[in-house]
Amino acid sequence: MRRLLFVLPVVGFFILLGVFFAGLGRDPRALPSAFIGKPLPAFTSAPVRPGDTGLSTADFDRGEPILLNVFASWCGPCRVEHPVLMRLRQQGVAIHGLDWKEDAAGGLKWLTEHGDPYIRVGNDESGRTGIEFGVAGVPETFVIDKHGKVRYRHVGALTPDDWEQKIGPLMEQLRKES
Amino acid sequence: MKRLLPLAFAFALLAGPAGAVNPDEQLSNPALEARAHKLSKELRCVVCQNQSIDDSDATLARDLRIILRERISAGDSDKQAVAYLVARYGSFVQLDPPMRLDTLALWFGPLAVLLVGGIGAVVYMRGRSPAQVAALTVDEEAELANLLKSANPSSIERAR
Repeated sequence: MRRLLFVLPVVGFFILLGVFFAGLGRDPRALPSAFIGKPLPAFTSAPVRPGDTGLSTADFDRGEPILLNVFASWCGPCRVEHPVLMRLRQQGVAIHGLDWKEDAAGGLKWLTEHGDPYIRVGNDESGRTGIEFGVAGVPETFVIDKHGKVRYRHVGALTPDDWEQKIGPLMEQLRKES
Repeated sequence: MKRLLPLAFAFALLAGPAGAVNPDEQLSNPALEARAHKLSKELRCVVCQNQSIDDSDATLARDLRIILRERISAGDSDKQAVAYLVARYGSFVQLDPPMRLDTLALWFGPLAVLLVGGIGAVVYMRGRSPAQVAALTVDEEAELANLLKSANPSSIERAR
């Protein structure tokens, strides 16, 4: 009993040490979305491509899981993740885009220069649509399930690792859901 | 000049921290502006995370300040205006966390640590009771008295 009294604080200390050490590797920006398990708030947005219809809530009712990528041409990390998105699109992954806090001309220039990985892409010049979704910055990628509900929020550039380890398997699982 | 110095100090004390609020964001109604200002100090900027939206220069913080003022102008109560942002960014935006089931550890964790530590300390102190010393025998008492007497300088003085 007395020995236990001495061992307990030491054990407690090492548990805390483990918790803090694990916390070192975590990205403090990667907060879960407030919309996990809920549908995206209803929205419509202006087109980026001329003569297009933009992006709205109805575009998520496709009967398959879909990625919503929030991007901007002024955003550095978007440049890093863009080739990843292009590759995913080639593999047949469904991706919608929302061009955040810039005019449609900026978004269009970006897509013509770097390629267009999106099925539908909307422009959000004021940033208000993104704010409705709880977007804190670009890039951010939401995983939306078959029923239009948000299932995951990825903050920052999407790397091949993120796709292979987390988002790809999640999309696969969502595809199997009824 | 010397007389002006205390005056300058007095004025310096009057000046509060400026915050990042731009004049064009402020509401013309001072009562509503005061409410918005107070609320924006309690809301976290999700970009910089350890600054309130009142302090932060981030563009998102500016957007949120404007949205907050729009809600308040539209007749939202303080609670409703905060709930509007919490619905979008989660309760992480509240710098002062609400008491809920999942924040109990945050609120009472330190108290629990203090309690456990305190109980530990008490148990430890109790276990360390002073060592028991046997009383002196009659012989030892006599010897001690003798020693004390000889060690007393005044008694030595008198013995001369």
